[in-house]
Amino acid sequence: MTTGHNDAAKGGRALWRGLVRWESALVIVLIGVMIFGSIQTPNFLNPTNFFYTGLNMGEVAIMALPLTLIIMTGEIDLSVASMLGLSGAVMGELFSNGWPIWLAIAAALVVGAIGGAINGVLVAKVGLPSIAVTIGTLTLYRGLALILLAPRTITGFPASLTQIGVVPIPGTEVAYSTAVFLALAVVTGIILHATPLGRGLVVIGLQPEAAKFAGIRVNRIKIWLYVVSGIVCAFAGILLTLKNASVSYDAGTGLELNVVALVLFGGVSIFGGRGTIVGVVLSVAILGTLQQALTQMNVQPEVQNIVSGGLLLISVVIPNSGEAIRRIRDRARRRV
Amino acid sequence: MHTPSFVPRKVTLAVAVTLAGMVLAACSSSGTSAATNPTAAATASSAKKGLTVYFIPKDTQNPYEVIADKGGQRALQELGGKVVISSGTADTAAAQIPSIQAAIQAHADAIVIAGNDPSALCPSLNQAAQAGIKIVSFDSDISCGSSPSHLFINQANTEQIGTSEVDLLANEIGSTGQIAILSAAASATNQNAWIGYMKQELTKYPNMQLVTTVYGNDDPATSLTVLQGLLSAYPNLRGIISPTTVGISTAAQYLDTHKSLLANLTLTGLGLPSQMKSYVHDGTVKEFELWNPDNLGYLAGYAAAGLASGSASTQTGSTFTAGTLGSYTVLAPTSTTGASVVLGPPTVFNAANVDQFDF
Amino acid sequence: MRARELGIGVAIVVVFGLTTLNNHAFAQIASIQQLLSGAALIALLGVGETLVLVTNNVDLSVGSIVGLSAYIVGDLFKHNQGMPVVAGFIVAIVVGAVIGAINGLVTTVARVPSLVVTLAMLYIVRGLDGLLVNGTTIDPGSIPKAFTAVGYQTLFGIPWLAIIVAVVVAGAGYAMRSFRASRDLYAIGSNPDAAALAGIPAERRVFTAFLISGALAGLGGALFLALHAQIDVSGGTGYELTVIAACVVGGVAIFGGSGTVLGAALGAVLLNTINQALVASRVSSFWNEAIAGALLLTAIAFDRWLSLRVARSLQSAKGAHRAL
Repeated sequence: MTTGHNDAAKGGRALWRGLVRWESALVIVLIGVMIFGSIQTPNFLNPTNFFYTGLNMGEVAIMALPLTLIIMTGEIDLSVASMLGLSGAVMGELFSNGWPIWLAIAAALVVGAIGGAINGVLVAKVGLPSIAVTIGTLTLYRGLALILLAPRTITGFPASLTQIGVVPIPGTEVAYSTAVFLALAVVTGIILHATPLGRGLVVIGLQPEAAKFAGIRVNRIKIWLYVVSGIVCAFAGILLTLKNASVSYDAGTGLELNVVALVLFGGVSIFGGRGTIVGVVLSVAILGTLQQALTQMNVQPEVQNIVSGGLLLISVVIPNSGEAIRRIRDRARRRV
Repeated sequence: MHTPSFVPRKVTLAVAVTLAGMVLAACSSSGTSAATNPTAAATASSAKKGLTVYFIPKDTQNPYEVIADKGGQRALQELGGKVVISSGTADTAAAQIPSIQAAIQAHADAIVIAGNDPSALCPSLNQAAQAGIKIVSFDSDISCGSSPSHLFINQANTEQIGTSEVDLLANEIGSTGQIAILSAAASATNQNAWIGYMKQELTKYPNMQLVTTVYGNDDPATSLTVLQGLLSAYPNLRGIISPTTVGISTAAQYLDTHKSLLANLTLTGLGLPSQMKSYVHDGTVKEFELWNPDNLGYLAGYAAAGLASGSASTQTGSTFTAGTLGSYTVLAPTSTTGASVVLGPPTVFNAANVDQFDF
Repeated sequence: MRARELGIGVAIVVVFGLTTLNNHAFAQIASIQQLLSGAALIALLGVGETLVLVTNNVDLSVGSIVGLSAYIVGDLFKHNQGMPVVAGFIVAIVVGAVIGAINGLVTTVARVPSLVVTLAMLYIVRGLDGLLVNGTTIDPGSIPKAFTAVGYQTLFGIPWLAIIVAVVVAGAGYAMRSFRASRDLYAIGSNPDAAALAGIPAERRVFTAFLISGALAGLGGALFLALHAQIDVSGGTGYELTVIAACVVGGVAIFGGSGTVLGAALGAVLLNTINQALVASRVSSFWNEAIAGALLLTAIAFDRWLSLRVARSLQSAKGAHRAL
């Protein structure tokens, strides 16, 4: 999306080293945030806070995983939060019409798959720019949720299921959504870093033309990525509905840019081809812990916005700063 | 507005002295006094000292709620406790949940919350209640059934807000013609409850016809777009009710700058006097309503402190004293609200009194 | 590209005509004035966004800039009664230009993707705005009438808002076609390597595009304040995606290299016309958003179909030429 200088030529090894450094930097930042939180609020690192952080980040974090794969291929999905809202609306509407809860959940997942497929076909088959398509479906899917539910709020979901939003997994301090996120992260990580499919994604992101010549089925892979993204976002919508024990049409409005920020802060390149799941998981941990610490210190939410934005900015500027300084020095020398 | 004669004189006097000139305050002590217990004044200051009350507004920037939060701070200052204000920047349940968690972690004594969502906050508030925190809601009620038990500080009787706005408009347009409602978000609980009562009240005016309700999402730009569409869709529109401060001020600005529309169109609703002052004086808006948000927060602060000290309860008919505002009686839950106390009837603002208010 | 703008113009006329058949009041002068002034702000932001998009960058910070500059100007009026109206506009433009310059500097000097930079600035600027606003509002009474007059008064029946924006669109449109520096923007977006070989100072050009986008968003803040006569912390929230949508509908390529400011402005008019047409046609307001989304997708798909057809006909024309 920016002055298209293609870093593909830099070669795998140098790149890999850069990545390792980025993830280690994130680990240091995470430890720093934890120490900061512990100094500022007594008993910060207690299990309940870990549970709360997981609970608060759950849905956004889950949606970040398929988005990471999509961004790896150089595309984007801005409809994730609307997909989450639509799936919750479908589930709520059907449940309020007397459908058994499991059928309503299944239907919401199917709607997620269809929504994802629409994105995928428009991007991969019709060849439309993904940013434009998913701004369109962002509006469309939220609009459908509005038609389905507004102005009602659906409640009365079975208490056995809504429990997941209040209590951790028995015997632990792990929120259900945290467990889902970690399990999905492992699966996504294996796919991305240890399978031919994952290597294919990297090639598509770095050199789309070469990928086609190498026999990678670019279009089919992209369509399936969007379908998976739709299903996972629908699942996040179901989790959010159960956590809130209710759903209205505007659930999750505006979260799309938060999800994108999470992925980018994790070191995933917006041009595609570069990034790791470990980075995204660390990004979730850092931003979640930081938000928890700042809220409990009663720091104004505006400052939290500034801190998150500042971190995102720093996260892209620092890895590039060495090169930038060299360039500026070169130019100064030339001028002399 | 009549003042029931059995109001304890002491309370009325105290109110009149401390808040001289504030019509609102006087109204609030009389409005709820249908069953005022004359002994209530005696139990006045039995709140514990050193209470911590978390005020969780819809967001930290909403001007209306900023005033209410200040009222809450005033109340806790009088009681020797403190208020912590915590919320997000967006009007969503998700942004309020971390603040509820922070209250639990800080072992707060009570939470006063303006619900961004009627139900989504219930699980988290239940956790807080289980941790021994008393729950008070204000501005927009939560509907959590029986758990957690909570007290709703109603700004004015929900039914009365709905019916009085229709009556105001009917009075101004001679009870005839097409009217429309310019609301906030389609999911806003308080708006929908008021609109429900407006529709009910409209059956009394067979010649007034509610043609549509449009939603401006409490955003000036969206409100303006739907207002403009509304005017071209219904050229014969005689009246608009906007029960939200952003909606009514946007509509007032538009009518103010398109004066020809005023010949046939009347605007009323709920607005902040500070924002509406200039429109009332130049004749764009004749009358609108609101209550004093500062008193609302003050009452919520006292209610929270009372619940946390055991000097107030959510039992129907129980009473507690809210500082300079006097005594309040807890009303039974209704179809639209939980156990509640009502601040008082809304004040009607017009050219004669609008300058007396500084919120 | 001429056909493209014509296409949007036709779409606007069709939407307008159909709605008028349904509801004659839609063709009233007041209603047409609303269509223009309602679209003006997004069209103005669309001009700046177009400059950035054609260089294959993006500016997501425009909505936050609108909010910040509107509040700063409102606050100045509130505390300095008698401040000249022109000063309000100048301050707004300067505030926007400063943020635009930061966007441009970080993007070009550090060579960081602009999507990330401006996404971060979206949060930072909105956060600063929140700290400044701190729960207060600027009330209509504290803004001079001469300033808000810009928001509603008309000249020969045309709203001043629309005139100001039309002047900006015309000026930018002329510059984009006539000056080398502006044509460079297209070269940078469509083929950065060739642009570098041709000696185009890409960094300086991209910086300028961000600077102008920021300055126009700042001006947009002043117009927002003039139009609404009030501002709180939420002013301009979410505009970034609406503006990009208007550009895309107007035929500006999201990956750079093509598109005109006139197209973007017409895209904004079309989107606003559709929004108001839905309300005016008495469609339940719950349907607005879904229909707007579907129309947006249709516009993008139609655009793709059109450009494929143009490409094919060009190719066959070339073929025919060779045959001669």
